Amino acid sequence: MTARRILIVDDEPNIVLSLEFLMKKAGHVVESVTDGAAALDRLGGPPPDLVILDVMLPGIDGFELLRRMRARPEWRDVRVILLTARGRASEREHGLALGADLYVTKPFSTRELIRRVNALLDGERTR
Amino acid sequence: MNLTGIAFLTALAYLALLFLLALYADRRAAAGRRLVAHPVVYTLSLGVYCTAWTFYGSVGLAAERGVAFLPIYLGPTVVAFLFPLLHLKLLRVSKAYGLTSIADFVAARYGKSGLLGGFVTLVMVAGTTPYVALQLKAVAASLEAMLGDEMARALHGFGADTALLVAILLALFAILFGTRRIDATEHHEGMVFAVAFESLVKLAAFLAVGLFVVYGLVGGFGELHRRVVAAGLEELLGFAATGFTYTDWFGYTLLAALAFIVLPRMFQVAVIENLEIDHLRTASWLFPLYLLAINLFVLPVALVGRLAGRGGDMLMLELPLAADARFFAFLAFIGGLSAATAMVIVATVAVATMISNDLVMPALLRIPRLGLERRPEVPGLVLGIRRTAIVLLMLAGYGVFRLAPPDLPLVRLGLVSFVAVSQVAPALLFGLYWRRANLAGAVAGLGVGMLLWTYTLVVPMAAEAGLLDRSLLEGGPFGWDLLRPQALFGLEGLDPVTHAVLWSLGANVVALLVISLTTEADPLQRVQALFFVDVHYGARSVRPWRGEARVAALQELLARFLGPGRTAAFFRREGRRRGRELLPSDRVDAELVQSAERELARAVGATSARLVVGSVVRGEVPGPESLLELLDETSQAIEYSQRLEQKSRELERLAAELRAANARLRQLDALKDEFIATVSHELRTPLTSIRSFVEILRDHPDLAPAERQRFLAIVAEEVERLGRLVDDVLDLSRLEAGRMEWEVGLHDLREIVETALVRAGGLLRGRGVEVTTDFALARAPLVCDRDRILQVLFNLLSNAAKFAPPAGGRLHLELRSLGAQYLVRIEDNGPGVPPELRDAVFEKFRQGARALHDKPRGSGLGLAVCREILRRFDGRIWCEDSRLGGAAFCFTLPAAETLRRAG
Repeated sequence: MTARRILIVDDEPNIVLSLEFLMKKAGHVVESVTDGAAALDRLGGPPPDLVILDVMLPGIDGFELLRRMRARPEWRDVRVILLTARGRASEREHGLALGADLYVTKPFSTRELIRRVNALLDGERTR
Repeated sequence: MNLTGIAFLTALAYLALLFLLALYADRRAAAGRRLVAHPVVYTLSLGVYCTAWTFYGSVGLAAERGVAFLPIYLGPTVVAFLFPLLHLKLLRVSKAYGLTSIADFVAARYGKSGLLGGFVTLVMVAGTTPYVALQLKAVAASLEAMLGDEMARALHGFGADTALLVAILLALFAILFGTRRIDATEHHEGMVFAVAFESLVKLAAFLAVGLFVVYGLVGGFGELHRRVVAAGLEELLGFAATGFTYTDWFGYTLLAALAFIVLPRMFQVAVIENLEIDHLRTASWLFPLYLLAINLFVLPVALVGRLAGRGGDMLMLELPLAADARFFAFLAFIGGLSAATAMVIVATVAVATMISNDLVMPALLRIPRLGLERRPEVPGLVLGIRRTAIVLLMLAGYGVFRLAPPDLPLVRLGLVSFVAVSQVAPALLFGLYWRRANLAGAVAGLGVGMLLWTYTLVVPMAAEAGLLDRSLLEGGPFGWDLLRPQALFGLEGLDPVTHAVLWSLGANVVALLVISLTTEADPLQRVQALFFVDVHYGARSVRPWRGEARVAALQELLARFLGPGRTAAFFRREGRRRGRELLPSDRVDAELVQSAERELARAVGATSARLVVGSVVRGEVPGPESLLELLDETSQAIEYSQRLEQKSRELERLAAELRAANARLRQLDALKDEFIATVSHELRTPLTSIRSFVEILRDHPDLAPAERQRFLAIVAEEVERLGRLVDDVLDLSRLEAGRMEWEVGLHDLREIVETALVRAGGLLRGRGVEVTTDFALARAPLVCDRDRILQVLFNLLSNAAKFAPPAGGRLHLELRSLGAQYLVRIEDNGPGVPPELRDAVFEKFRQGARALHDKPRGSGLGLAVCREILRRFDGRIWCEDSRLGGAAFCFTLPAAETLRRAG
């Protein structure tokens, strides 16, 4: 398994810390931003292989960020996992319709998250 | 052949011509080619107002008092302008209800009252008789003038009585004209045509004689004026000669206006005989012109008479005769004759109809023994009554003529009549426009009016004629000065007629108003009042019909009164209207009974018709009670529907309230959802960290100790955060439900503030925040729950710590007094709160926290909890700009009473 680049977007420092630890342990190259504005800036750079995106971000929300991401050709095939602390079914539908590959509700099982991340990176599409 | 013979022959020939004209008009009408269906004919027929009084009396009056004759024509002129209003309504009502006379009209308005109808009839008889006498006197006088004194004496010696002869002749004529058929509403077209013709004749005669007198005898208006001035008679041209005060002008004009409306002959031609309502429009302007034309030569002729040293009522005749101008004398004679005959014919026919329909027939029908409604000779009886009435009226007129002093001017007699008939006007006019006017009021008004008429006009006339003691006039009865007939209760300085008008009409109106307002009308009256005042209402109303009767019974009844021909025509018409033939065995319905009653009313008047129909289908006829029941039902229905409307409005209001409440609830529900979602989010966030690190610790037993330590610290921190959140949620729900337990005591706010600062010290130092304080008070006693206020302060301090910039964070804490309050102010140099969110930050999880951070550090409930705690102790919290550049949270709390009193 080759190293993949993973972008983490979340404003909770502790959650970012734990995700970084987990993804690094899984052998990936990790990069993180903690607010919407920084995330928007990041869209100008080279796309990663996978994004873990929190829905409720200060400034700009995760859905909007996802839409803009998908509007860029080079970001179109990036795998995206939406993280949310709000587990409404309608939001889940919305996220998937916008092009998320996975919708994960907090708190999540770390093992399960790693398994899904790896699966996505290996080409499996689970909707 | 002497003059008398010629005069008689001329008169007879003239009357014969009139009769032929009338006959011709009737024939034409029967053939459907009406001669009278023209507005000009209608207007000319109104000329029946101008009688021998106009022809002779006005001239006599003008010779004495100049233009004093004018008000008698001003009144009708005013009324003529009101035709399109007043007479329009009179016409609509009388056509809608088949009314036959003024008495019938008034009686029908006040509940088809036989009493009032009879009363009005008597008033009209009283008012018409002197008027007829006036005409007889004029015609007799004119005949004798033609004759010369010598011949007159000879004739008298022969036992002949000119006036009696004239009376008999005119009675005959009226009978021929006016009582050929029973239906009084069927138009007497022949009579109207003859009257219109007579109006032309008298106008032409007056103008011709006037022109002859002015130009033939004097040489024109200029010469006349010159001679009048030379003779010192010019004062006759001014108002002073009339001897009238303004009150007199008003009184006379009012009198003439009212008389013009209610005089039986005027009501006959203007209302009963009207063929088309539209004719009123023409008459409204043409009739005043007619009055103007016929009065044009009154004053000139009078002046010429004065110049010749003459006066009196016969100037129109005497002047041509004196000049030996026989043609013009004859013309004047014919003019006067035509004026008199027209009045007598129409007036007697009108009054005779009243007598039969409103006086005699109701009386006869009330006598059950006669069984009148079952007898076949009724139509003949009605006509017989009318013919008898005409003859009796004529003889009564003759009687008055004989009794009245020979030197009584024509005008006096006319005015006495006017005042009598005008007593009916209040009942008519109020009845037409005021629904409350009732029978008792009308009878009282009429009674009082007639009493005063008798006392103020008839009594003085009788006294002057020597029939009563003359001292009555000067000293009053029994020497009571106040009761002098011509200066009642000290009302002096007025013309006797004005005096009578003011008293009789004034008392009449007052009695009508007062009695009407203080008594209740019976059901039939109220119904009739409704129909007359709102004339359209009756046409639409449907009477309830609860009885049973067969068409055959109604047919039989109608046939007795109307004859078989008209009855058959009536039922054919009704059948056509229903679209099927009415069979004798059919049941009659309310509409048919109503139509039948109306048809009968055309013949015998409303009062009699009601009695007649009531006698045949007694107990079944839709009486006023059932009618009123219907009205009651209607008004109940209206009331019910109004209640329903009110109910539905209430319901609408309730529905609106419900909708609003529902919206509020839904809003609250949404808020609650939002709250739960937010709380859930707030719970999930620390839980996520906790779970992640716990799993990391579980799955990576080989972690470096430092890292393990760090992760455990994070878990501990997040657990604490979770605990705080749970505390806040519980606090808030207790605060909002009012179930918080308070430990209230007297405390020192300065001490609490310092304690809070110590507690938050670790947090602040950890963030590197530099703290400054400014406590203006050594002690700040207040009544509060110490732990809760401490919680508020800690919350605010830790917020400031959280939002402090990573480096160079600053916090300034201030305590001072603000009036009877303490003010605590906590300022930071963090990002601050935008002004539009400064209220919202105190709402739990509301936009403030969300928009500001989306994920508020802390529970997002802290400020809401602070606000609720402070509110409990009458404190207030708000957010404003900080001098340090960030946010400033301030709150106040009231100082303890002791301190306030001391301070």
